Amino acid sequence: MTEENIKVQIKNLYKIFGNKPQKVLPLVKDGMGKPELLDKHNHVLGIQDVSLDIPEKRIQVIMGLSGSGKSTLIRHVNRLIEPTAGEILVDGEDVMKMSEEQLRDIRRFKMSMVFQKFGLLPHRLVEENVQYGLTIQGVDESEAKKRAQHWIDRVGLTGYERHYPGQLSGGMQQRVGLARALAPDAEILLMDEAFSALDPLIRYDMQSILLELQDELHKTIIFITHDLDEALRLGENIAILRDGALIQEGDAQEIVLKPADDYIADFTKDINRAKVIRLYGLASPAPEGFDGTVVDGEMVLSEAFPVINDAPNRIVGVTDESGKMIGTVDLNTLIHALHA
Amino acid sequence: MEFLTEFPSLGRADLSAMRRWIDGNFREFTRATGEALEAFFNPLLQFLVWFEDLLQATPWPIILLVIGGLAWLGARDWKITIGSVFAFVLIGFFGMWEDTMSTLAIISVATILCIAIGIPIGILMSRSDRMQSIITPILDVMQTIPSFVYLIPVVMLLGIGKVPGLIAVCIYAIPPIVRLTNLGIRLVDSDVMEAADAFGASPRQKLFGVQVPLALPNIFAGVNQTIMMALSMVVIASMIGVQGLGVPVLRAISNQYLALGVMNGLAIVALAIIFDRVSQTYGKRLQAYRTGHGND
Repeated sequence: MTEENIKVQIKNLYKIFGNKPQKVLPLVKDGMGKPELLDKHNHVLGIQDVSLDIPEKRIQVIMGLSGSGKSTLIRHVNRLIEPTAGEILVDGEDVMKMSEEQLRDIRRFKMSMVFQKFGLLPHRLVEENVQYGLTIQGVDESEAKKRAQHWIDRVGLTGYERHYPGQLSGGMQQRVGLARALAPDAEILLMDEAFSALDPLIRYDMQSILLELQDELHKTIIFITHDLDEALRLGENIAILRDGALIQEGDAQEIVLKPADDYIADFTKDINRAKVIRLYGLASPAPEGFDGTVVDGEMVLSEAFPVINDAPNRIVGVTDESGKMIGTVDLNTLIHALHA
Repeated sequence: MEFLTEFPSLGRADLSAMRRWIDGNFREFTRATGEALEAFFNPLLQFLVWFEDLLQATPWPIILLVIGGLAWLGARDWKITIGSVFAFVLIGFFGMWEDTMSTLAIISVATILCIAIGIPIGILMSRSDRMQSIITPILDVMQTIPSFVYLIPVVMLLGIGKVPGLIAVCIYAIPPIVRLTNLGIRLVDSDVMEAADAFGASPRQKLFGVQVPLALPNIFAGVNQTIMMALSMVVIASMIGVQGLGVPVLRAISNQYLALGVMNGLAIVALAIIFDRVSQTYGKRLQAYRTGHGND
């Protein structure tokens, strides 16, 4: 991966829920854990010293089970939730220091959000919902209508403009939510378990739509999910939270091949490793004078098996994005990689 | 032993001195402010008189047409429309047309006044729990205190007439609209509110774009209740000089005229049912989007 700009930077973020969060903050900083804090001080630890750099124009997945603080974390980025301590920099500007108006502007123009429970306006038509962000910005009606129509078409809702959200299925409602978030043309897209409420087939569809759009739009997307398959499919970077703390951060290969602890290993146990692990993650330094078959490092194991099996000595060279060879993989490594 | 059987109360002399002191002070207050208050309420009186005169002066077929038209606009239902017109025809046929027009006038003005004051108070109340905890007990008092009790200071201040009657009706009828506006706004789905926040909506944009529209069905139930309660005050208001269907009822009570009382009472019931059905069906149409039968 090449050097990239950091779009959103989270620095030493803490969030404690309760009556006097500032009072117990020093205790947490000294290492008091979530259960003890709840037991002795009746405060709930939401976010615990999270620092995360989110690169521009990529999909950053934040994953964790329910109660791990992931939805709390994403709400700090547009400050729907006030932190107890810490900083969030968006393009170098601290969101936490913004005035009410600056905050409103950043929410109107710089970031938009998609919600697990859609959050559509039930009394407005689909097209009015998609226009919502634009109306708030003050874009005039005919312009807003035109831009909204573009996104309605893009998410495949043409013909449903004059329906109410209540008349649509869950999957279609979330398309409205997605179109609404895309219409203001914000650089940052916050997606809070956006597809979790949908059934698996529809969810897969929506993921495809998102990936397709992202290919073209290159937005900075922060995507919250509890579903590892979804995380691995969408995430160029994945951060895993547990009890409000960040426990591992990396790309899909690192998460699957080098889980930081048992919790994550447990998480990754049930996935289809053959379809997730790619060759570049397994490459070891090429033996002296290797001149066999060379394949793309992006190839997943399930595709790589026949190729390697047919290769001389059952070993292949692996390249990176630029086509340079970074090492070799043999059949043995491949078989071992299938077992956690 | 006397201490246990007799409640240790203030002495009779002390009590009457206290009452005299309160009454005296209030009387002075009325003398000082009565005229200013009357001047303050004068526009309201003018409006009420104008509206009543308008209803009385308009030929009855036109009134029937307007009633039918409004019922149709509100309910979009033939049965309710025809029923409303028919009820008015009966009322006129039995000689209660003029009184009914007077009652209609004061109920309409009282309802408009309650909406104009009640909805903003309800909105204010929904914005802070503190406000809610201050206003709720006041509303409780307004709804439960016997109307005769607040008629006393109102009559002392403003004398007998339409305006004190109107105020008495409003005191009794305003609580439901305040409560239901507050409730309606508080019940707006927090997910929708969060979405509005996330898109950078200002407090104004949230109030008029999201909260009030979504609270409308509840606010409408409040308007309906307010109208019903205003109608139930018609007889009491007639005791302090408000014209209308209450006056013959009052006469019937003091003279034991059964037929007169029942007929005028039924006319009030007819008005109540018409208002109720029309406003309820209108309220239901407001939330058509919830069931997914919106207008395509």
